[in-house]
Amino acid sequence: MKILVAVKRVIDYNVQIRVKEDGTGIVTENVKMSTNPPDDNAIEEAVKIKESGKATEVIAVTIGEEKAQETVRKALAVGADRGIHVKAEGVIEPIAVSKILQKIVDKEKPDLVFMGKQAIDDDCNQTGQMLSALLDWPQATFASKIEVKDGKLEVVREIDEGLETIEINMPAIVTCDLRLNEPRYASLPNIMKAKKKPIEQMNASDLGVDVAPKIQQIKVEEPPKRKAGIKVSSVAELVQKLKNEAKVI
Amino acid sequence: MGRESMEYDVVIVGGGPSGLSAAIKLKQLDPNLNVCLLEKASEIGAHILSGNVFETRALDELLPNWKELNSPIKTKVSKEKFLFLGKTKSLSWPTWLLPKVQQNHNNYIISLANLCRWLAEQAEALGVEIFPGFPASEILYNEDGSVKGVATQDMGIDKEGNQKDSFEPGIELLGKVTVFAEGCRGHLGKQLIKKFNLSKDKDPQQYGIGFKEIWEIQDTNHDEGMVMHTAGWPLDNNTYGGSFMYHAENKQVFLGYVIGLDYKNPHLSPYDEFQRFKTHPSIKKIIEGGKRISYGARALIEGGLQSLPQMFMPGALIVGCDAGTLNMPKIKGSHTAMKSGMIAAETIIENIKENKNLSVYEEKFKKSWVYEELHSARNVKPSFSWGLILGIIFTGIDQILFKGKLPFTLKHKHADHETLKPANQMPKIEYPKYDNVITFDKTSSVYLTGTNHAENQPVHLKLKDPNLPINYTLEKFDEPAQRYCPAGVYEVQKENDINKFVINSQNCIHCKTCDIKDPSQNITWVTPEGSGGPKYGNM
Repeated sequence: MKILVAVKRVIDYNVQIRVKEDGTGIVTENVKMSTNPPDDNAIEEAVKIKESGKATEVIAVTIGEEKAQETVRKALAVGADRGIHVKAEGVIEPIAVSKILQKIVDKEKPDLVFMGKQAIDDDCNQTGQMLSALLDWPQATFASKIEVKDGKLEVVREIDEGLETIEINMPAIVTCDLRLNEPRYASLPNIMKAKKKPIEQMNASDLGVDVAPKIQQIKVEEPPKRKAGIKVSSVAELVQKLKNEAKVI
Repeated sequence: MGRESMEYDVVIVGGGPSGLSAAIKLKQLDPNLNVCLLEKASEIGAHILSGNVFETRALDELLPNWKELNSPIKTKVSKEKFLFLGKTKSLSWPTWLLPKVQQNHNNYIISLANLCRWLAEQAEALGVEIFPGFPASEILYNEDGSVKGVATQDMGIDKEGNQKDSFEPGIELLGKVTVFAEGCRGHLGKQLIKKFNLSKDKDPQQYGIGFKEIWEIQDTNHDEGMVMHTAGWPLDNNTYGGSFMYHAENKQVFLGYVIGLDYKNPHLSPYDEFQRFKTHPSIKKIIEGGKRISYGARALIEGGLQSLPQMFMPGALIVGCDAGTLNMPKIKGSHTAMKSGMIAAETIIENIKENKNLSVYEEKFKKSWVYEELHSARNVKPSFSWGLILGIIFTGIDQILFKGKLPFTLKHKHADHETLKPANQMPKIEYPKYDNVITFDKTSSVYLTGTNHAENQPVHLKLKDPNLPINYTLEKFDEPAQRYCPAGVYEVQKENDINKFVINSQNCIHCKTCDIKDPSQNITWVTPEGSGGPKYGNM
């Protein structure tokens, strides 16, 4: 059984995002980049399934500029067997990502495709669902537990009301939630070994996918600044302020 | 528990200018050497913070074609200013009257973090193996007492010291020679200096704390290539310090403040002095209407030659500001750090190939221009222990008339942790409220550093005596850690009328000031789990 895991390079979650002054986007120069956090969970789960003997190969795939390869390299360092890097510049929208992944699936014929539930940069939460539609495969989104049971998957999903357990047929798509597992650290010897693992490179255009954005971004703005709080001296003053200034009661 | 080990010809600890220069020089001299370099930050550059006006002398020697290699050294210094600040007034000092070491016309305004990222690319292209996110946490010794290498930090340990599911043991990295290049107050360097008694017959090391903010300012206020320094207000005559303001590319200014950690008043808050400094009319008018985009702080070395420890020991060398090669009157340490790393590389080659003792480092260092620079700079910092005015007069005589060749050497008399006077004997300082436009509180500043330490790990700021902060330091010195820490790590909180010393170690930005200034040397900074700490961009 083969598992394909999609990973995305995003601005590190600790970095404070800065909007460009002209409102055309966010500043990405000299900013620490990392793997999208739930993608780390996706890789970890795939590697765990392989370690349990239920999968034979884990392939990590990413789409993006030359440096996006680092994300694949990291996946290789924590246990993926080989990598694919689809080179593309600029913003690649979920629909383009799904179409590229569809082509990779056609070629690699995996039994499972894992990825993070959404990317922390655009928060789209669309790629897994779109890929499921394109391939006409079942999907399980927001997975917090995955069990492989002869040709089927039992997945616990994080939903608004609590936890939902579903069973789906394979091949299938699973998007992973942060509670799925605790991603392991890449050890130094494994980072060294990962340098020798193969990463196949190709261009998005070689796959016949048009990655030109379909959405025009008009403006990016910072959220409004919170005003400083004040201390009130009595309950009466609080009520008065809520009534007359905040106008909430 | 057995750890895996990996053998290299040379193991380098720290990916700053000295470590990276040593790595590059080693591979240039012998491409077949196996060289690895460890860095505690999540990527090279993420823990680097410096002014920085860069003198290219060492780089010209290391990579003479740096201009063709797309290096991030772009903004040549075009104008210079030196101001003495009074509370509202300022006096401009003519630059021709500045000592030559403080003239910058051939230098560049750079981000040292970006320079390090670029140096790392050059090193990797030469085959150096660079491992960011792996702090060296332990020195390993051979049976004969010589340094054998280092071990990296275990990963996945919880607060109580138990192994989590994700536990990953550290690795032993063994080198024929290990180079320690951790920067100012390196936590392993400190152990080596003690163990091998490297500071024997030297003056106590002197430190400063440096703050830096990056502002994006209005076009009309920006003057690319302009370098400005100030002395005076808000510090009093007895406190050593000053500011820098460098107009870099992209409408950014690098604004910073350095305060000597030999200050005496425990009520002094270096952070608040810096914030207050920005409200001076001659500074405010430049940053007004702009936006602060970065903040950080780091301790730096000020001791110079008198305090420079012996830099070799069996099996290892200690370079850059891990030893203390910064040139204080020049306010520059990057070029000297780089050169000290390059000399280390030459020494190591002779050691491995010709079996020469590592002590040849000393001879080479003494013959180099770094030594010459540090020698003529040696009397400047100690003269400021007489106060700002006498310090300036002496420095003028020493640097302009005698060009640093006066036939005597002034001494540093005290270590920085010894200089605080009891709190009840010193005046309290009222700092103005933050306006959130020009001045900011610590919390919002720390937020900009992107610092983070994985939750549920042991506290990496160790107290030798956990009761001392409340029982002694609070009572006698009003616990100055609350004020000298630039990241708000230390707090004294009252709970049911009982004082409690709180360490918010997740806020730590790895500046090492607490390790230096605590009056009882009760706080020890050790390496946290890999990748922890700030995520500086172009600092």
